[in-house]
Amino acid sequence: MNFALEASHLPLTGKRLRQEASRDDLVKLGFMAVIGLYLIVALAAPLFVMLSKSLSTYRFALAAFEFQVSDETGANWGPVVSAAELNRELGAVADTELSTNSDGRLAATKFFPEFKFRSPVHYRIRGTTDDAAFLVGSTRETGTAWREYDSGTFRRVVLRPASSLGFENFRTYFSTPALAQSIHNSVLMAAISTVVTISIAFALAYGLTRSCMPLRGLFRGILTIPILVPSLLPGIALVYLFGNQGVFKDWLMGYSIYGPIGIVIGSVFFTLPHAFLIILTALSIADARHYEAAASLKASKWRTFTTVTVPGARYGIVSAAFVVFTLVITDFGLPKVIGGQYGMLAVDIYKQVIGQQNFEMGAVVSVILLVPAVLAFVVDRRMQRRQVALLSARAVPYVPKRNARMDTLCFAFACLASLFILGMIAMCQIAAIVKFWPYDLTLTAKNFAFDLMDGGGWAAYGNSIRLALLTALFGSVIVFAGAYMVEKADGFRFGRSIFHFLAMMPMAVPGMVLGLAYIFFFNNPANPLYPIYGTMTILVVCTVTHFYTVAHLTALTALKQMDPEFESVAASLKQPFHRLFFRVTVPVCLPAILNIAIYLFVNAMTTVSAVVFLYATDTKLASVAVLNMDDAGDIAPAAAMGMMIFYTNVAAKLIHALIARGLLARTQAWR
Amino acid sequence: MRHALSIEPTPTPIHRAAKQAGAEPTPYLEITDLWKAYGDFVALRDISLSIGKGEFICFLGPSGCGKTTLLRAIAGLDLQTQGTIRQDGRNISTLPASRRDYGIVFQSYALFPNLTIEQNIAFGLENIGRSKAAVAARVAELLETVGLSAHGKKYPAQLSGGQQQRIALARAIAISPGLLLLDEPLSALDAKVRVHLRHEIKALQRKLGVTTIMVTHDQEEALAMADRIVVMNHGVIEQVGSPSEIYRHAKTLFVADFIGETNQFPAEVLSDGEVEIGHSAFCCPTEEFATGQAATAVVRPVDIIPHGADAHAANAVDRPATPQNLVDAQVQEMEFLGMFWRTRLTAPRLGERTLVADFSVNAVRRLRIEAGGVIQVEIPRERLLLYPRSA
Repeated sequence: MNFALEASHLPLTGKRLRQEASRDDLVKLGFMAVIGLYLIVALAAPLFVMLSKSLSTYRFALAAFEFQVSDETGANWGPVVSAAELNRELGAVADTELSTNSDGRLAATKFFPEFKFRSPVHYRIRGTTDDAAFLVGSTRETGTAWREYDSGTFRRVVLRPASSLGFENFRTYFSTPALAQSIHNSVLMAAISTVVTISIAFALAYGLTRSCMPLRGLFRGILTIPILVPSLLPGIALVYLFGNQGVFKDWLMGYSIYGPIGIVIGSVFFTLPHAFLIILTALSIADARHYEAAASLKASKWRTFTTVTVPGARYGIVSAAFVVFTLVITDFGLPKVIGGQYGMLAVDIYKQVIGQQNFEMGAVVSVILLVPAVLAFVVDRRMQRRQVALLSARAVPYVPKRNARMDTLCFAFACLASLFILGMIAMCQIAAIVKFWPYDLTLTAKNFAFDLMDGGGWAAYGNSIRLALLTALFGSVIVFAGAYMVEKADGFRFGRSIFHFLAMMPMAVPGMVLGLAYIFFFNNPANPLYPIYGTMTILVVCTVTHFYTVAHLTALTALKQMDPEFESVAASLKQPFHRLFFRVTVPVCLPAILNIAIYLFVNAMTTVSAVVFLYATDTKLASVAVLNMDDAGDIAPAAAMGMMIFYTNVAAKLIHALIARGLLARTQAWR
Repeated sequence: MRHALSIEPTPTPIHRAAKQAGAEPTPYLEITDLWKAYGDFVALRDISLSIGKGEFICFLGPSGCGKTTLLRAIAGLDLQTQGTIRQDGRNISTLPASRRDYGIVFQSYALFPNLTIEQNIAFGLENIGRSKAAVAARVAELLETVGLSAHGKKYPAQLSGGQQQRIALARAIAISPGLLLLDEPLSALDAKVRVHLRHEIKALQRKLGVTTIMVTHDQEEALAMADRIVVMNHGVIEQVGSPSEIYRHAKTLFVADFIGETNQFPAEVLSDGEVEIGHSAFCCPTEEFATGQAATAVVRPVDIIPHGADAHAANAVDRPATPQNLVDAQVQEMEFLGMFWRTRLTAPRLGERTLVADFSVNAVRRLRIEAGGVIQVEIPRERLLLYPRSA
């Protein structure tokens, strides 16, 4: 077509027409603005603040302070000297000590070796710039005016650092061997776990889709159990099984479970369901005709496997690999419990922030942790875009044929994997209800007396349920409304694509990073949203945002299945969009909305990473309690609390299934 | 179907008479200088079109020709880049869809799956201040109109494609719109249902007298249903005219080629009334062509008249008035297509190209035409059409 060349013939004398906005358009625009604002406040702004924090360096600018010292009478003043000059003479403060963090304080008396408390000598201090600041006790002083103090007060004068933007923090990070080593460790652990998990998940999914092994539904259920527990739980189970007092300690032949071995085994446990479900989906869409063609061409089993099965599931495998890699590298709970001295990035953030209160360094590690996660996310998105063409509407579903040897093999492997999963859960269950594993196996309920331990007690459990319910409720509403705007609003193309980008971002943002970003953003009295800091609200906002992407994609998929002309029909019938939305869109998408709700619920129950920075004394959470009790050495109660989360999620799943069935029977009669 | 509908049928014969007289006093829908561009790509190019009240118009063209874009511009679903659309005297150019006056039926039907048939039809009737009883009565009336009274309580998925399409139609006309837009309404249906439904739609349209625009890529559908056809290609209107006008007097080569089958030969105008095809002269109307101009000569397979093997001797009576257009041809291939034989002929007079001719079963039997034989065929002078040769 050669029209591109002729486009200039378009007589653009008049201006391009613009459609008059209908009331619907304005309402939609308003909605989109609200939800877009939500994503900006809950995601973009905190991340931006964190990024700028990671680039903020704090250094005592000695040239910015000047002193004058009086004689014993307090009346005659000596020459004006800057702190920099004094330091050059005295060498009181080493250059490396001048670099500090936002909390840095430097006593002014350091520059006066002859300083005596209670001497009659007076001191004057002033800044040479307007923003040079120092504290007198806890009073902050700035400015270039001289201030005079007696020696008793001057003792309490401390200099504050000046902040500037730069890569100083990153330089410090990379020159600290223990920290830089974490990058290597994290990548290594994530890579090994990915290879192992994907191999196992593929074998399982293959068995479930390509063999006639019995109990496939049961295995499917068992293999998804790890989703229902916090990632800390496999760590606790491993401690009980292979830890210092573990029954199977000898199996490790002298190696310690605390460290890489534990991290890999635990990671395989908690990432297996994610990889398994993705690969299962990829293998389920197989086209039987390809297998028939292979058989008619007399291809061997192996050849069929390598030329039909694997390429067909290629995108699923790659996608699953990225998901597993990201989950492992960003997970915090598991390495915290089982990692021992083995440094991992996510744990470093926690240590820097909670342990050392070094927020800038926490931000630096966060930014570093963002890199692999964002990279994995971008590559995965690219791959997904290419996948669409593979699916054909005429595919004939593949039905496996009986093959005794193959079926037995697959069955045995599935049993093994199920044993692994159930074994870990069972270990925690046993630990939770016996007095002292493995020495005293009498049953007891004392481990459930959470109120006697640190961590928040039963109130934390109650808080978790509240958080999960609120997250499920508000999350489903926000996510579905947002997805509707992205998919169904016409016009505002630019706004919609930005919105979609924001909605996809949380996938690439590790929970630790989000949590830390929230501290920077919300824990600032200048922020009008400061009041929600330390409340349940911020936990809900954070959790909804953290799990936004998967929920958003679920909603989008459901909405994409709706006829794109519904909106046009409603407009031609002069019906407002909200009538269509509530009468048709929501009822038709109800199964997807319920799935979003249960997804958010389960994740809100198990999440640790983001909320660990944000809970306050009255909003402690069950999952954090597991972490804290484990930290305090109360491992059995930690296991018990982990099991409480597990029971709750199982119950939630059952209730979800019941509601879904009940509601669907009423609202989905048309199916 | 003879029910009292609340829509007053407009007396269609009147506008038809007006149209035949070549004058359309006040067009119901008037599109002026309409352009639509997507970035650099121009989807609609300076479209101007008038549609009379009660007319049944078909936008016909290959996919990508802009016909759906034009329909969506009329509906306010895809705003044109420039140009004016007036409906019933009102300038609707930039009005949002919800403030225009039309009902629309999509190829996908777009029936709400979770609502019953009755609820679907009632969707546009509720919420506008009508009583429940009035809505129910109207729904019942519409269901009867489309002949689906027994199915009111069912869900769309329980109906066949044809039934669903009729429900979509009922929903669209429920609000008594001034304009009915049909976007490829029949293309998702089986051939038989399609033929049946196109009669029903046409009958319903005639009864309601509602001005209707249908988009289709199926020429048969357009020929059978439309009062006037708008043939489009590459974003421009190629020709507007009644079905027989379009078929018999295609204004452009594209139209001739798109509607029905054609034989095309490179030709050169020799003198007034004569062209050279292959190596010999043929008679044909050459009014708009200059001597020596290169052209494409087109003749439809159905217009070719067979004269049989012994035409010179036995069929002297049938001998045409223009002996130049008689061609001796060898039958290369014959394909039985049920109602006629599609025959591929080669004729030295026409040069290298094959001439495709459709002969009736009768003629083939009577003239004993068979593959390998030699027959004489006639290309009637007035059915040999000339078009400027595109570079």
